[in-house]
Amino acid sequence: MATEQKKTTASEKKLRVALTGYVGFDSITGQIEKKLLKRGFAFNLMVVGRSGLGKSTLVNTLFASHLVDSKGLLKTNENGVPIQTTEIQSVSHIIEENGVRLKLTITDTPGYGDQVNNDKCWEPIIKYIKDQYSGFLRKELTPTRDRRIADTRVHAVLFFISPSGHALTPLDINVMRRISEIANVIPVIGKSDSLTIEERTAFKKRIKEEIEYHGIKTFPYADVFVDEDLSGGLGSVLDEEERADRQLVNAIRDVIPFAVVGSEKSVVVDGKAVRGRRTRWGVINVENEDHCEFIALRNFLTRTHLQDLIDVTSMIHYEGFRTKQLLALKEASGN
Amino acid sequence: SSGSGKSTFVNTLCESPVILRKDHLDAEKAAAPKTINITPTTIEMDEDGLKLSLTVVDTPGFGDNINNEPAFADILEYIEHQYEEILSQESRIKRNPRFQDNRVHVLLYFVQPTGHGLREMDIEFMRTLGPRVNVIPVISKADSMTPQELNAFKKKVMEDISHYKIPIYDFPYDEDEDDEETIEENTELRGLLPFSVIGSEDEIVLNGRRVRCRQYPWGVVEVDNSKHCDFSKLRYMLLSSHLHDVKDITHEVLYESWRTEKLSKEGHHDDDEEEVVID
Repeated sequence: MATEQKKTTASEKKLRVALTGYVGFDSITGQIEKKLLKRGFAFNLMVVGRSGLGKSTLVNTLFASHLVDSKGLLKTNENGVPIQTTEIQSVSHIIEENGVRLKLTITDTPGYGDQVNNDKCWEPIIKYIKDQYSGFLRKELTPTRDRRIADTRVHAVLFFISPSGHALTPLDINVMRRISEIANVIPVIGKSDSLTIEERTAFKKRIKEEIEYHGIKTFPYADVFVDEDLSGGLGSVLDEEERADRQLVNAIRDVIPFAVVGSEKSVVVDGKAVRGRRTRWGVINVENEDHCEFIALRNFLTRTHLQDLIDVTSMIHYEGFRTKQLLALKEASGN
Repeated sequence: SSGSGKSTFVNTLCESPVILRKDHLDAEKAAAPKTINITPTTIEMDEDGLKLSLTVVDTPGFGDNINNEPAFADILEYIEHQYEEILSQESRIKRNPRFQDNRVHVLLYFVQPTGHGLREMDIEFMRTLGPRVNVIPVISKADSMTPQELNAFKKKVMEDISHYKIPIYDFPYDEDEDDEETIEENTELRGLLPFSVIGSEDEIVLNGRRVRCRQYPWGVVEVDNSKHCDFSKLRYMLLSSHLHDVKDITHEVLYESWRTEKLSKEGHHDDDEEEVVID
């Protein structure tokens, strides 16, 4: 047995050979890029949080376009009784930048946490996320399947925390934990301009402690690296890039939850027009890193980890769901 | 709810740390469902020899739980309990002249600055308690909104209040009886509803004077500056100009309507009251 194992390891070891001339296969990245540009990308973002925390405004600020309308007013039926809607609604837009087309789907969760009795208000959210997975699974399993299955799986969930300055509410903890088990959760403090810097630091520390205490796993995960080369075995040395990636992930985990401020209006600061909020005592510049962490969130979400979010959803969360479903099916048919 | 600035507001109003902010020291305790803990604190304020005994009843934990229905009943019970004490005092054969009036004269309801109008909980709560106590809606942490947002929000809240017929203390005046000054003052205060407040226990020296404020990287918000928030007007109204009015309304209108309801529901008391027969 031992010799067989040794043989397989030997053939798996990568043989590095030096090239004697230019072959040209390095152009494959360009070929892939061309294909991807034609195909376009899809990103599905869900926002969860009580109404009035600036969710819609933040999404519009993140993608520099008016994608979602701020809802929030209670609707009433004929008798003047307020009706709560917990229907989950998605809205899709195609935005383009330098020839790259992104189909962005934003899923809003109105009515979350706004009632007097909020028991089970998380169920529609969990159901929606799981429905996307089961839809995808079904399409994967059919004998004649589409060449490219449209990906409606939720890639990232921005969880909005109210800037109370004290701690997480029992509802927040409950829901964050449930969602983090099936999707990527990124906690965010909405309307953080109501906290002074001191209050903000203390609040973030407190939230981090609570998240850890309750075992809530937020994205980016400390122990999951999809692109890591695992065949190196124990004692392998991480190369430069992997080390830099890990550092970046740790740096981001430090900043979480992101304290953000959103704005669709522009104000003039030092002669430049920036997105901000003008109050009687000063101007809050959304793009100023001393004022809020919007830039950090935007870079993280769109510039460094967009593909990572999609990959982790598909390779980890979806696969976990798929395994559970198929095992359950097997058990059910076996009985 | 927790974190809406209630304790800070009270401390700012009384200019001293009356209510200690309870920071739950560990995550474990904080995760347990909280029962609402109604705690009255009394402070004596002295001005030019005139003593004012101010009792503040805080309701920490209100609105924090997943199911908030039981909290309403607790608060209503507290208020009605004070009325019951008064009723039983009044009905005594020998009344105690030194009996302390613990009735709640004003209930400040802290509305979250969402920008979207009232939430279901706000509406239900104020509707339940409005008939028993003077409710004044207050927008806490008002420094999270720009002046335009604040005005739009105030308008929306007042529209919701009138739409859902929520009874609040809106500085009533009598067009015929009251003098012009009173009418003007009340109209102005009514127009400011709901009051936007900012609380702070920190002071800094600004332009040579000591100012209570909140410091941000983009500016300094002053608590007592009426351009920044309505705190000073609210304070003046509560502790000075309308102090007597809210007490009057509590005694003459709210208490009386509760008393009528209670007595007509139960018929007459058998034990306490004795029938006075006039020959």
